[in-house]
Amino acid sequence: MRITVFQNVRLIDPETGEIDDGSLTVADGTIMARGAEAPKGAALVDGHGACLAPGIVDWGVKIGEPGERHRESFRSAGLAAAAGGVTTIIARPDTHPAIDTPETLEFVTRRAAEASPVRIRHMAALTKGRQGREMTEIGFLLDAGALAFTDADHVVADSKVLGRALTYARSLGALVVGHPQDPALSAGGAATSGKFASLYGLPGVHPLAERMGLERDLALVEMTGARYHADQITCASTLPALRRAREQGLDVTAGVSIHHLTLNEFDVGDYRTFFKMTPPLRSEDDRLAMVEAVAAGEIDVIASFHTPADEESKRLPFEEAAAGAVALESFLPAAMRLYHAGGITLPQLFRAMSLNPARRLGLPQGRLAIGAPADLLLFDPDAPFLLDRFTLRSKSKNTPFDGQRMEGKVLGTWVAGMQVFGGPDA
Amino acid sequence: MPFRARHLLGIEHLAPDEITTVLDLAERYVDLNRRTIKRTDVLAGMTQINMFFENSTRTQASFELAGKRLGADVMTMSVAQSSVKKGETLIDTAMTLNAMQPDLLVVRHSSSGAVNLLASKVNCAVLNAGDGRHEHPTQALLDALTIRRAKGRLQRLTVAICGDIAHSRVARSNLILLGKMENRIRLIAPSTLMPSGVKEFGCEVFDDMAEGLKDADVVMMLRLQKERMDGGFIPSEREYYHRYGLDAEKLAFAKPDAIVMHPGPMNRGVEIDGTLADDINRSVIQDQVEMGVAVRMACMDLLARNLKAERGRVAAEAGA
Repeated sequence: MRITVFQNVRLIDPETGEIDDGSLTVADGTIMARGAEAPKGAALVDGHGACLAPGIVDWGVKIGEPGERHRESFRSAGLAAAAGGVTTIIARPDTHPAIDTPETLEFVTRRAAEASPVRIRHMAALTKGRQGREMTEIGFLLDAGALAFTDADHVVADSKVLGRALTYARSLGALVVGHPQDPALSAGGAATSGKFASLYGLPGVHPLAERMGLERDLALVEMTGARYHADQITCASTLPALRRAREQGLDVTAGVSIHHLTLNEFDVGDYRTFFKMTPPLRSEDDRLAMVEAVAAGEIDVIASFHTPADEESKRLPFEEAAAGAVALESFLPAAMRLYHAGGITLPQLFRAMSLNPARRLGLPQGRLAIGAPADLLLFDPDAPFLLDRFTLRSKSKNTPFDGQRMEGKVLGTWVAGMQVFGGPDA
Repeated sequence: MPFRARHLLGIEHLAPDEITTVLDLAERYVDLNRRTIKRTDVLAGMTQINMFFENSTRTQASFELAGKRLGADVMTMSVAQSSVKKGETLIDTAMTLNAMQPDLLVVRHSSSGAVNLLASKVNCAVLNAGDGRHEHPTQALLDALTIRRAKGRLQRLTVAICGDIAHSRVARSNLILLGKMENRIRLIAPSTLMPSGVKEFGCEVFDDMAEGLKDADVVMMLRLQKERMDGGFIPSEREYYHRYGLDAEKLAFAKPDAIVMHPGPMNRGVEIDGTLADDINRSVIQDQVEMGVAVRMACMDLLARNLKAERGRVAAEAGA
């Protein structure tokens, strides 16, 4: 039996919400004990007082396989994830072609297992080719390992199609992930409508387009009884709709991207395309409301929405440039901004970054409990550094945090008890 | 005379004293332009390239004439019909032209921020001749000069800007410039053509011409793009003219000596009555065109001075 003991660590337990100084014993890839004596022959990892938390389960990562390996491959994404403390990637199906058949899913699952040091699981497309017309083979895709079904940022505009897909998904217990956005209102938008968009002459999307999208989806969830997750809620005005759905007892959860929690619309500044996101960055009031909603547990999941884009697709006028940012490696330090700003604790953060996504997707990860998989992240929440985008392991370097002062460094990452990042003694 | 800018990308980056500098110098070029021999040599030996990614007649002609009168070698490229269609990116086109060592690059593009992007990649002075819905700085400067000459000052005036404000770069640049020079600004438009967040702009907002024009010193009309006329933003051309088209009757709400401006090209009978547009006692539309050449000469002159000074400094440092 291979035993590793993490000594002198602060255990961040998102399940209990507690932080304990102590030790953690891992045997054969599973958490075996907390605060126990190290048995003879065990490998020791001295944390020197650093934090040990369940590895991040990053829900909604874009990897360029198949189709765009020059942007990101399973190998580069896996290495970036390991360096960023992400132990499970939940990949998006918005590839070329889309992951919409069991054959494609089997292919990417095999490729990912060969190439990546961290776990990679996939969501499958909800409709064929993400066209919003015909549903995919949800049953076969579930059997092939799809964790959830989504057309990513393509909104299924036809309510009848979405309603049928939700009904069918419900019969199989499949989770459907929506992108809450009214497609007509948000078409062509490059910024959130308001002073910034108007002064810079950018086509704006009203924040209420998000609520309208969510309300439509929630009504269909009410109609069908399906399990539903909203990928990104980014506006304060959307929250009441979410609350109402929960009060009604609908099986609904929601997420938010780390960028919408740490940046606002004015960060775009002089048309900096690395700050172009889907949906666009919001006002500071909205940002603060989202941080509060995460702390209160109203928003369940924080994800990176890692979206690699090559230089050519970003070196364009703002409206024409690709949206999205790489984030696997900046996820933890960005989240530490929230912790250092106060208002959100480390267990609350890991509840949203590890525990909740795993739970919602039916994975055993995200916990420090005995018997849980030893997917772990050792980090120093205070270590400062200057982010240089050219040091990123991602093939694409489009990070909005380039040149910024960050705090929070990953010291080591373990997947099933095996170290995938960090020095031998972390 | 203070003028510190390296590029003219927008009014946003100019300080009030820099705006005054441009206008003062432009006055001298107005005098020059009225002589028979309109030639100076302040840009002699320098190369000016006009890149118009979006079609334009008047702005392009105005910049071309301005450059020629300053003695520059002027080349105009209508990029709308050339390499962009072959898939070349904006930056590649800019880099290619940059390699030909121009000194002044005049750029118009249909995307907001495109000129800023381009300016970051070239080592000559860049003038924004209009980018998307963002800014059109020389238009605001020529409007300012026109107002200053007609009203004798550019402060404490009530200026009404009417029409398609949401899609207008002219409105944005004017709003910023007139605000910087401490004027009272009123925006008048049907609410579908008003930009979002307009209440935070520090100006008064109206959807009624009679209220908005009350006691205005300057009435600035904007062009309504044809493609926005049919049902999209407003119900019809005739309803728009009825409610927002400037005619003698509506102008009567403004001060008796209020001037009427329009950046052109005009849609007679849509946003402005044809007779009023031609009324030399009220309309300064032709003056605006004249001031345009002078203001563009002043801008290019000032940018060229800064460019020469900068190159001199670089050369001196290299020598030392």
